[in-house]
Amino acid sequence: MAHINLPEGLPGISAGFAFRPETAGPMRALAQVLLHDPSSLTPGERELIATYVSSRNCTTFCVLSHGAAATAHLGDSAVVKQVQTDFTRAQISPKLKALLAIAGKVQQDGKLVTRADVEAAHKEGATDLEIHDTVLIAAAFCMYNRYVDGLGTWQPENSEMYTQMGRHLATEGYTTPSIRQPVGAA
Amino acid sequence: MPHIALPADLPGIRGAMAFRPETARPLNALVEVLLQGPSTLTRGERELIATFVSSRNCTHYCHCIHGAIAAAHLGGDEALVKQVKTDFLDANISPKLKALLAIAGKVQQDGKLVTKTDVEAARILGATDIEIHDTVLIAAAFCMYNRYVDGLDTVQPDDEALYRERGRRVAREGYVAVSEEYLATHAAAAAGR
Repeated sequence: MAHINLPEGLPGISAGFAFRPETAGPMRALAQVLLHDPSSLTPGERELIATYVSSRNCTTFCVLSHGAAATAHLGDSAVVKQVQTDFTRAQISPKLKALLAIAGKVQQDGKLVTRADVEAAHKEGATDLEIHDTVLIAAAFCMYNRYVDGLGTWQPENSEMYTQMGRHLATEGYTTPSIRQPVGAA
Repeated sequence: MPHIALPADLPGIRGAMAFRPETARPLNALVEVLLQGPSTLTRGERELIATFVSSRNCTHYCHCIHGAIAAAHLGGDEALVKQVKTDFLDANISPKLKALLAIAGKVQQDGKLVTKTDVEAARILGATDIEIHDTVLIAAAFCMYNRYVDGLDTVQPDDEALYRERGRRVAREGYVAVSEEYLATHAAAAAGR
């Protein structure tokens, strides 16, 4: 049971979005720019950053939905899991590793990001815009995660639902609901 | 010096917003709905929640500017704003707002810490579902804005007069309106990036 009277049968953030469309609009628009719109970071890379931060915040719904979106983009669920357990050993670029290190610090506290962290990312080829977006993706997921957890939303562990959501997010992005009707309890 | 090449003339979140107008727009739209849009919580109350969370995250720019905006909405009562930062239980605010600040403080740490008891306590004092929703989202959103401002190492001035003046203006004109100005000034530089 959620803490407030959210629409029945909608999991995670979809319930918050349906409850308050006025805030859902800008929250969707932000995710669309950060994760889906054109960028020199691939959508798969950006979804991995979102998944990693959500995993560090232990927010099940966000880990599983963005993990599924990352898998849909990358066609590889093992790397998504490896990024969560230890990204330094994952089959990803050194640049993405440097960006994930920055994201991990932002997840704790933005003040922990050092000049040396940013320099390391620059050295691996990261641009200022990529560093900006990494910081903001990590910061934004500290919002989305707290929103989903703080309302006590329903966070099922039904993997088929997340696979479908992931496909929707990977192809259509964030401006339309990935869950259009109530889902049966798993 | 910020970690990346942000416009030098804009402090705090404004430098980051001018650097990336595509994300600035939804960021400003969200704060406008949460803190300035129609609500049964007053603008002063909502700014106090934002100030409290920013203060707990130790983000100087955000707790100074939102503290100044809160004071502007509350008849210039800077002492009340300070009291909410140091110990809101002793502040001269409604019991309902105290219950909402307790929820906001938990969300600032981790949303999972909010209990049914916390929510029930707010309800007993008259908080509605939408007020509880907005409190959770204001607290969550400031965990984003604060990390954004700190994570880029933006310039966070100490000058209290600067915040006081800007605070009055934002309180009067709103977030989206004041952002148009600096986004327009820096649009050409951002487009060339």
